[in-house]
Amino acid sequence: MAITKFFNEMTADDGSVRAHYAGYAAWLNDTPADRIERKRAEADALFHRYGITFAVYGEESGTERLIPFDIIPRIIPAKEWKSLEAGLRQRVKALNTFIHDIYHDQEILKAGRIPADQVLKNAQYRPEMQGVNVPCDIYAHIAGVDVVRAGAGEFYVLEDNLRVPSGVSYMLEDRRMMMRLFPELFARHRVAPVEHYPDMLLHTLRSVAPVGVADPTVVVMTPGAYNSAYFEHAFLAQQMGVELVEGQDLFVEDDQVFMRTTQGPRRVDVIYRRVDDDFLDPQAFRKDSMIGVPGLLKAYRAGRVTLSNAIGTGVADDKSIYPYVPEMIRFYLGEEPILNNVPTYMCRKPEDLAYTLAHLPELVVKEVHGAGGYGMLVGPASTKEQIESFRKHLEANPEKYISQPTLALSNCPTFVENGIAPRHLDLRPFVLSGTEIQMVPGGLTRVALREGSLVVNSSQGGGTKDTWVLEA
Amino acid sequence: MLSRTADHLFWMARYMERAENTARILDVTYRLSLLPQNGEDVEPMWAGMLKIMELQDTFLAKHPRHTTEAVLEFMIFDKDNPGSIYRCLRATRENAHAVRGTLTSELWETSNETWLKIRDLTPAKLWENGPGAFFEWVKYRSHLSRGVTIGTMLQDESLRFIRLGTFLERADNTARILEVKYLNLLPGSDEDATQANDYYQWSALLQSVSAFEVYRKVYRDQITPLRVAELLILRADMPRSLARSMKEVYSNLTRVSNARSAETERLAGELESHLRFGRIERIFEVGFRNYLEDFRDRIFDLGCRISDDFLIPACA
Repeated sequence: MAITKFFNEMTADDGSVRAHYAGYAAWLNDTPADRIERKRAEADALFHRYGITFAVYGEESGTERLIPFDIIPRIIPAKEWKSLEAGLRQRVKALNTFIHDIYHDQEILKAGRIPADQVLKNAQYRPEMQGVNVPCDIYAHIAGVDVVRAGAGEFYVLEDNLRVPSGVSYMLEDRRMMMRLFPELFARHRVAPVEHYPDMLLHTLRSVAPVGVADPTVVVMTPGAYNSAYFEHAFLAQQMGVELVEGQDLFVEDDQVFMRTTQGPRRVDVIYRRVDDDFLDPQAFRKDSMIGVPGLLKAYRAGRVTLSNAIGTGVADDKSIYPYVPEMIRFYLGEEPILNNVPTYMCRKPEDLAYTLAHLPELVVKEVHGAGGYGMLVGPASTKEQIESFRKHLEANPEKYISQPTLALSNCPTFVENGIAPRHLDLRPFVLSGTEIQMVPGGLTRVALREGSLVVNSSQGGGTKDTWVLEA
Repeated sequence: MLSRTADHLFWMARYMERAENTARILDVTYRLSLLPQNGEDVEPMWAGMLKIMELQDTFLAKHPRHTTEAVLEFMIFDKDNPGSIYRCLRATRENAHAVRGTLTSELWETSNETWLKIRDLTPAKLWENGPGAFFEWVKYRSHLSRGVTIGTMLQDESLRFIRLGTFLERADNTARILEVKYLNLLPGSDEDATQANDYYQWSALLQSVSAFEVYRKVYRDQITPLRVAELLILRADMPRSLARSMKEVYSNLTRVSNARSAETERLAGELESHLRFGRIERIFEVGFRNYLEDFRDRIFDLGCRISDDFLIPACA
């Protein structure tokens, strides 16, 4: 492995415990191992009973698994969080402005700051959205931005998830679990609360209702009970006190969306949809979609219903657009980006492809349209055979890939089979945009449980940790 | 509330109730099969039960003979038998899963836990502890789920559709339990009931619907077929009787009433008042089997109408 030095969230290079972990480390040291063991078993049993599971694609249908939960929290000092939060707000604001611009006057393309082809020929660009006005000019109401710490501890943005980012329910459940298992820890620490997230989400969704609707009806739309994130869909609907609908529950009449209820049709104003663009409306997008609502796009374009997130946000979180986000911040906000972007090589460019092919063992190569940790190569963690087989894919379809230097992701002590060992992690804070931008402190911390692994996705065996933003 | 949500709640409750009543029917038949007098009649007894549960063909496609082991394993574990307890509990859990956001977390967890347990049960474990213990377990899981429902759910439409499902299913199932019994023994004069064999049969039936002590309390007299029928059909204070079930169906139905449901409510009310004002002697004159079959047809019709008016049309 080329990389040996990692930033440890809990201990400094000289082996001393970092100040914000001092209280927790002392508690861990004082707590008998068998009590911890009991609590870990209790956490497992509770997650099972609550049915907090996710379905795994590619396995026998209906297979449900628990996402492993680790009881050592990821702690972020308030000061660090403050600058991280400022950076995230700045970034999401620029991204929303970008999407609005792309679907209206395309100033940024005219100014030559981003090659027009990159945007307009992107599969995620939706011509159907050109000229359509959306409430507050906001497209990505919910963004889940993946952030990692690398090097000496600086934050990098890995991905801007602006379509249907998931994971927030685990953030909330992890906190509930920690408070249930270790109430004494919360008495000792000033942990910033996150429990009001569903309230904030409902507020955001109501704030972007179609103009003139005084008391909007909000629903959560799910692909159904077999979707991998179904638990989360049901959880959020329940926490917000709104209906959880499937496509079959909705219909469109005179460009107005209704849901079928036991008392007859009822109008729907805001749809927090957890269904991809392609499946939303069989009349407009994929004709074979069984989970969509015929006529939904037409009602949406007529401004009679709000979709959250908007259609076509993928044009801004695509991996081929990612390298231009700092440029967007400068162009629209006239500010310097607060958060770092990871240097990115776009394999569609011959010189970048040549560099990538020459440095495969050091790089991370990702599919431009991939997600969920599928179809990627982590050079330093791969065998020669894996690298060579990936090289063939890359040479055959270079435009499908980007590459980035392998970041030395920070790690954090984590319970593993043989006790406690450092494991790599990332952070997904959630940014809500409506009439204002809102966030709860922290986010979802995902941890790669396999030794040395840098892939934190739950579908690839990742786990989660509670995330504490700690007031001093 | 969403029609689909109401549909899931309705069926979640029906399947849980069906699992419980299947356990009850199996329990009473199993007990009867153990009576020494019934040694040679065990197979016809199981065959009769399967016929009333409308599962005879499914069973015969797999098993040549109605042995106790074959029937019990078919009715408890068989994944291909839509009436097996395994399938009922799975369907309960699947329906609950689809609307878990509408349920209180305790209700969802109850149903999920029940499913996790039956999923891990094997025939070996069943025979090790005896089927009786298993039937008991199913009944208690159903009691628990009903208790959690009443103890935690908001008294709104969701609760009404859950209760509708519970009592519509119970009305059907209690009728079937009575039919199973009468298949083997047609009611004769009161003297017949004094025979030891009859006594065991009637008391097993009463126990299967948790009505043995109730019977003693209400009648303070020996067990006769006529009174057993009266208790389980006409007594509205008996929780598992047809009269009670229909009373609950009717009152829950009128509370979710919508623009299309007038005729359904009328039919439910008609059936309910027949039970309320009916006399057991009259029912015996009509013929007991005919009466029960006609009753079940009406329950089936009501189920279809409820689906059409409120839920997802089922019997198109």
